[in-house]
Amino acid sequence: MKSPIRLERRLEQPKWLNWAIPLISLVAALILGAIVLLATGKNPWDVYFRIFERGFAGTRALSGSLKTATPLAFTGLCAAVAFRMGLINIGGEGQLYMGAVGAAGVGIALDGQPTGVVVVAMCLAGMLCGALYAAIVGVLRAKFNTNEIITSLMLNYIASIFLSYLIYNSTSYWRDPVSKNFPAGKPIADRAEWNFFEFAGIKIPLAFFIAIIAAVAVSVLYKRTRFGFEVGVIADSPKAARYAGIRTSSTIILVLALSGALAGLGGAADVGNFRQLLDGKGLQMSGYGYTGIVVAALARLNPITTVVVAVLIGGLTNAGFALQGPDFPSGLVGTLQGLILFTAVAGEILIKYRIKANRRVTTAVAA
Amino acid sequence: MGLETAIKMTGIVKKFPGVIANDHVNLDINFGEVHALLGENGAGKSTLSNILTGLYRPDDGSVEIAGTKVEFNSPRDALNAGIGMVHQHFRLVSTFTVAENVVLGESDSSLFMDQKAVAARVKELSDRYGLAVDPSARIWQLSVGEQQRVEILKVLYRGARVLILDEPTAVLTPIETTELFKTLRAMVAEGRTVIFISHKLDEVMAVSDRVTVLRGGRNVGTVNTRESSTRDLASLMVGRSVEFTRVQREVPAEARSIILNVTDISARDDRGGIALQSVSLTVGRGEIVGIAGVAGNGQRELAEVISGMRAMTSGSISVQGEKVQSGKARSAIAKGIAHVPEDRLHTGLASSHSVEDNLALKNYRTMSRFRILKRKSIRAQSTDLIERYDIKTPGSQTPVRLLSGGNVQKVLLAREFSALPKVLIAASPTRGLDVGAIETVRERLVQAADNGVGVLLISEDLDEIMSLADRILVMYEGRIVDEVPAEGADRERIGLTMGGIKL
Repeated sequence: MKSPIRLERRLEQPKWLNWAIPLISLVAALILGAIVLLATGKNPWDVYFRIFERGFAGTRALSGSLKTATPLAFTGLCAAVAFRMGLINIGGEGQLYMGAVGAAGVGIALDGQPTGVVVVAMCLAGMLCGALYAAIVGVLRAKFNTNEIITSLMLNYIASIFLSYLIYNSTSYWRDPVSKNFPAGKPIADRAEWNFFEFAGIKIPLAFFIAIIAAVAVSVLYKRTRFGFEVGVIADSPKAARYAGIRTSSTIILVLALSGALAGLGGAADVGNFRQLLDGKGLQMSGYGYTGIVVAALARLNPITTVVVAVLIGGLTNAGFALQGPDFPSGLVGTLQGLILFTAVAGEILIKYRIKANRRVTTAVAA
Repeated sequence: MGLETAIKMTGIVKKFPGVIANDHVNLDINFGEVHALLGENGAGKSTLSNILTGLYRPDDGSVEIAGTKVEFNSPRDALNAGIGMVHQHFRLVSTFTVAENVVLGESDSSLFMDQKAVAARVKELSDRYGLAVDPSARIWQLSVGEQQRVEILKVLYRGARVLILDEPTAVLTPIETTELFKTLRAMVAEGRTVIFISHKLDEVMAVSDRVTVLRGGRNVGTVNTRESSTRDLASLMVGRSVEFTRVQREVPAEARSIILNVTDISARDDRGGIALQSVSLTVGRGEIVGIAGVAGNGQRELAEVISGMRAMTSGSISVQGEKVQSGKARSAIAKGIAHVPEDRLHTGLASSHSVEDNLALKNYRTMSRFRILKRKSIRAQSTDLIERYDIKTPGSQTPVRLLSGGNVQKVLLAREFSALPKVLIAASPTRGLDVGAIETVRERLVQAADNGVGVLLISEDLDEIMSLADRILVMYEGRIVDEVPAEGADRERIGLTMGGIKL
């Protein structure tokens, strides 16, 4: 009746596993994907080459990938920051919407101001809105011990409806008054547009640099500061934290606010760097917040790795768009992407656990 | 009284890593009696009842029920043989009704239960045994005493002839306890058997027909309750250890100066019940004050309140005249209160963190500048303490959960002692350690006292308290019920007061 294998927690995790397992996972995903592709009559080698080409080879491909990667880097950081303390904030989606709302409002209002001022103001507004929205989850968790998974998820729906309301169901400040028949967001001021920088032909959005700075800042905060130390102790054992006199409640609220601020910054980037308006449908269809959770998980909650993984996932997503066509259904693209995530998560288990064969133990059982 | 043997356990041995929980225990229980199992915590009562209910398999020995040899592989086997257990912590679904909980887990329960039939049967059982409870009430609406009745009904519903009750009165009010005893007597009058596990002497005297006393995993005697007395039972329970020796120590003359002053503190436990009721005590400079008592009588809460981890509902605590803020661990730390908690790995330490982080757990705030940690100072402190306290670890960066039990405790002691505290609260500081480590820990405690620290030693190990403490306080149900000097203390008297007997 027993299963023939069992998982046993590794006491120590050898260093080499950290790079060997992801590599093996990727190879496994490619092999599984090849089987699927062969079964549907495609040449796997050809498809893989096209994915690489469209996602990562050449300046156009990389420029596109970075564009998709930027919001994911922010939502990935949002998830990583909270998950590190054991707070499962899956509200990155809603916090990003709120950040976008705040940043778009500021971007529209500050018409005529110098670009630098507008960019900074939009960043601050985005962070503030995201932080406040996530702080609702934090306060509920810290004061009433409400499950943050549920509250953060519910708030996503509220944010989504709020977004629709602003653009489609009202004549709000954010809605373009000239868009009578096809409701759309009001464009932000021309000077509020964020820059792209070109390196060797690759267009890198300003927001991507901000993401890198944010990742480094989070990394330093968690590794080097008293605050980071306290977060680590709470994550490890809330009782030990109480014992050491660490203020658990306020730390929970602060961490969630920080998490939300990062997602909100992603929302600001979406408005400022890419769409130049509050694009309700566009945001809702992208699902950056949810993909960010996957990004953070694959990066094993390391902030710097999160940015790297965001670029990989961004490239994959972009290549997916390029692959789609009459001969290549989007479902197949989704399958390939899903396989990569699937093996990566499976590999994650192998870093923490080892597989052992269950030897049959014969026991004399008297009735 | 029935004289037919219901249960016969012979030569039961159960070993766990490092301890022998049951060491050739024999137990004979008749039909139609209330048989008490008496013993301190760790005496092997729970292990024995877990073997009887099929949760554990004995390493050696045999179990006979009504003359037939049995081997249980699961609690279900035991239940089929007519043995049911009422656990100390209830296993009820709080949103379900009483009737639903009673049938929950029935092997032949069909998809739709016959509510009326079940309710009728529950009603009948509860009338017969005086277990007043409404079958259609939901569990969360019931008092703790009523919930216990549901647990008993559950076992009766499944036709158990032998009921094991693990510390059933721990959660009851005195009136509920009297009610319970009536129920138990009604059940044995019908030929059922009750095994009553307890450490409370007067209750054992009040309800049981016979008593089996366990100590240190061995059966030290079975007596007829009527021919015994609380005094006899107490001495059987705590035993007369011959080998213990008191540490000879000059209590410094300055011990007269009070360093820790606890006045009239009361506090609640995690479930909101009353854990401490106006506890007052003092500890002098260089004095070791021992708190004796069976676990669960408020010792853990006392340690937590003094160290600021738990808020008090009334009273005050001061160190050398300076007030400690209620429920503020940081205030307690700042006033010089060190705390070695019972649960080392999850309260005293952050077990997945490194040795150096754990050594800095209380003073990391001082080892930072502009809120940035000074890693070098933390590392240096760790290197120093690892050497001074002889902590065996592969390195400063090793997570403490990978260290052996003795070294885990050394990390904790190193941190707490090196902070040069004025007061040290040590809760079961040697529990689970091997002999060598126990020696080290005891030496450290005595050394701390010699250096003028006021030590409050909380332990269930009476030998430990009697050999280390200068003065002994006994706790029972959240109160200090007795105080004796350790020199020439009367073990029997401590045993009696620990069991709730008023002198």
